[in-house]
Amino acid sequence: MIKGSVQPDVRGHWGRYGGRFVPETLMAPLEELTQAYDRARRDPSFQREFESLLRDYSGRPTPLFYAARLTEYVGGARIYLKREDLSHTGSHKINNAIGQALLARRMGKRRIIAETGAGQHGVATATVCALFGFACVIYMGAEDMRRQALNVFRMRLLGAEVREVDLGSRTLKEAINEALRDWVTNVEDTYYLLGSALGPHPYPLIVREFQSIIGREARAQILEREGRLPDCLIACVGGGSNSIGLFHPFLNDERVRMVGVEAGGRGDELGQHAARFNAKGGGRPGVLQGTMSYVLQDERGQIASTHSISAGLDYPAIGPEHAYLHDAGRVEYVSASDAEALEAFQLLSKLEGILPALESAHAIAHALKLAREMGRDRIIIVNLSGRGDKDVHTVAHELGQKIA
Amino acid sequence: MAPLKSRGEGSIEAFISGAQKESVTRIAESFARLRRERRRGFIPFITAGDPDIGTTGELIVELARAGATCIELGVPFSDPVADGPVIQRASERALAQGVGVDEVLQAVARARKETDLPIVLFSYYNPLLQYGLERLAQDARAAGIDGVLVTDLVPEEAAEWIEVLHAHELDSIFLAAPTSTDERLRLIAAKTSGFIYAVSRTGVTGERAEVSAQAARLVARLRRLTDLPIAVGFGISRAEHVAEVWQYADAAVVGSSVVAEIARLTGAPDLVRRVGAFARSLLPTSELPR
Repeated sequence: MIKGSVQPDVRGHWGRYGGRFVPETLMAPLEELTQAYDRARRDPSFQREFESLLRDYSGRPTPLFYAARLTEYVGGARIYLKREDLSHTGSHKINNAIGQALLARRMGKRRIIAETGAGQHGVATATVCALFGFACVIYMGAEDMRRQALNVFRMRLLGAEVREVDLGSRTLKEAINEALRDWVTNVEDTYYLLGSALGPHPYPLIVREFQSIIGREARAQILEREGRLPDCLIACVGGGSNSIGLFHPFLNDERVRMVGVEAGGRGDELGQHAARFNAKGGGRPGVLQGTMSYVLQDERGQIASTHSISAGLDYPAIGPEHAYLHDAGRVEYVSASDAEALEAFQLLSKLEGILPALESAHAIAHALKLAREMGRDRIIIVNLSGRGDKDVHTVAHELGQKIA
Repeated sequence: MAPLKSRGEGSIEAFISGAQKESVTRIAESFARLRRERRRGFIPFITAGDPDIGTTGELIVELARAGATCIELGVPFSDPVADGPVIQRASERALAQGVGVDEVLQAVARARKETDLPIVLFSYYNPLLQYGLERLAQDARAAGIDGVLVTDLVPEEAAEWIEVLHAHELDSIFLAAPTSTDERLRLIAAKTSGFIYAVSRTGVTGERAEVSAQAARLVARLRRLTDLPIAVGFGISRAEHVAEVWQYADAAVVGSSVVAEIARLTGAPDLVRRVGAFARSLLPTSELPR
């Protein structure tokens, strides 16, 4: 059990993971951010403003929905969905974007930059920038811009400048590289609004704290509904923000099992998946983009390209707290393939009238497997981290159908 | 014995220098000689494996002949976040040929037979970490490397690394940046041996029209805190820039413009000679103003 050690040390280490592995230029701004966050965290007026925006602007609390037909279909554990897809902008990303935008304003920064993979974090960031009147630049891989064209247009409508990153694998990793290069160049006036529980300290901690609202709500909701804690929590893990947000408030509840679902892609071979805990597939501890964690890499430490049907999971590293929870044995990590996610996407659409994001569909896919093995008196909560409208083109393409 | 004699009294690193090493390294010797002769240094950067690893060895020898004080040899990495497009592309070209730490060390070992020029390995952390820090230090020393600078490793995360380097008589070189607080500059000076690499501007590597005014201010701040030699890099691309940096720093590092010249000449049969000529053209012709 890891009781009492769910907080990182002062330099942001969870065991051997985390820390700050950045060019010297970024050390001062990271320290400035750490101090600003620390002050904000202890300031009741900051918390009040954060909570009121989550409520009045984003529509929290999000419902905990009992998926009766899905449960019946599987014939096992009762499946609940934490409906982050019903948040403003369509995913959990808005929680963190609101929190960090408030921080940026307190720090006097007027220019916000961010990276995005699936576009959900980019949309959330563009949204809060519109709300706060900040200048906004979003970095996005060329490949992701192609497969998430709808989100690109949404960001532009919201007044953001979307910069295409035409380097390397043209996905999330390259977008983060470019955002870091922008930040290192414009540190004076720019706030880097990192979208996942990744990167150098204090980002993994800040993002987790802003996303923990998911788990706190879910915990209260299930207690009210069922009078007891769930048996199992399931969430997809890209960088790991929706999953850590759900898991964290339950970490000390020893009997709650937790499962993070990575992108299994097309197979185990390096380059064909984004499952960082797949040792056979090239995942092992390393340093990427500011943090020590599990990283998909070749034998010489070059970062591997990844594949997933979902842009939001298509990333070679995982947040450092997940690396720690993995090694500690507190959270299990498994993977779901592209095909399994695609099937879960369709199943949830037809059985519950909910189009899940392809990212979240990975969690659904694993929930189907687990629920089947569990008794009908058991309870599973799946984090439905985002809605699937953005993925309709991808799904149509995968199913061999053309839409205009 | 410290690599350099203290110029002033009460120097901070004399007190906090667990980092200072007993023996005098080739890097320390070179800077000491420059100071004795009241000269300034020139440090070209090249990406190992661009255009190919055989040429890298020849370029090291040629740059030594061209008057380099020291050479910075870049280890290619897939995600060079501190680099601008010129060095990013050089890194990609080297990686496409499968160049990694092993090949870089082999190239250094070959060049070592022909030159005593100090060589600093300039790398991102992950390729070194995966090679194994102890094994890396041992093999780097055996190949003839004199010091290592890791772009994304700050002293706070480097305790083990510094120990390993020093056990193998390798200099640990850290970056100082215009954004670094005085407290951080003190830490950097304490953990650095050989020379401090002062980043001239906030930003990534790449050619610039002018030297940032941030550079002189940073060097002045460092001078108040340490007697270590200071090299200034990032955006130093022409002879005028080198001359300007020489007015306040011990050495100028020129990276992207040399790497761009190599890219431009790739395929030319006399590439090595012409890169040497380009390097010579970066050295100011006028005498030092001191």
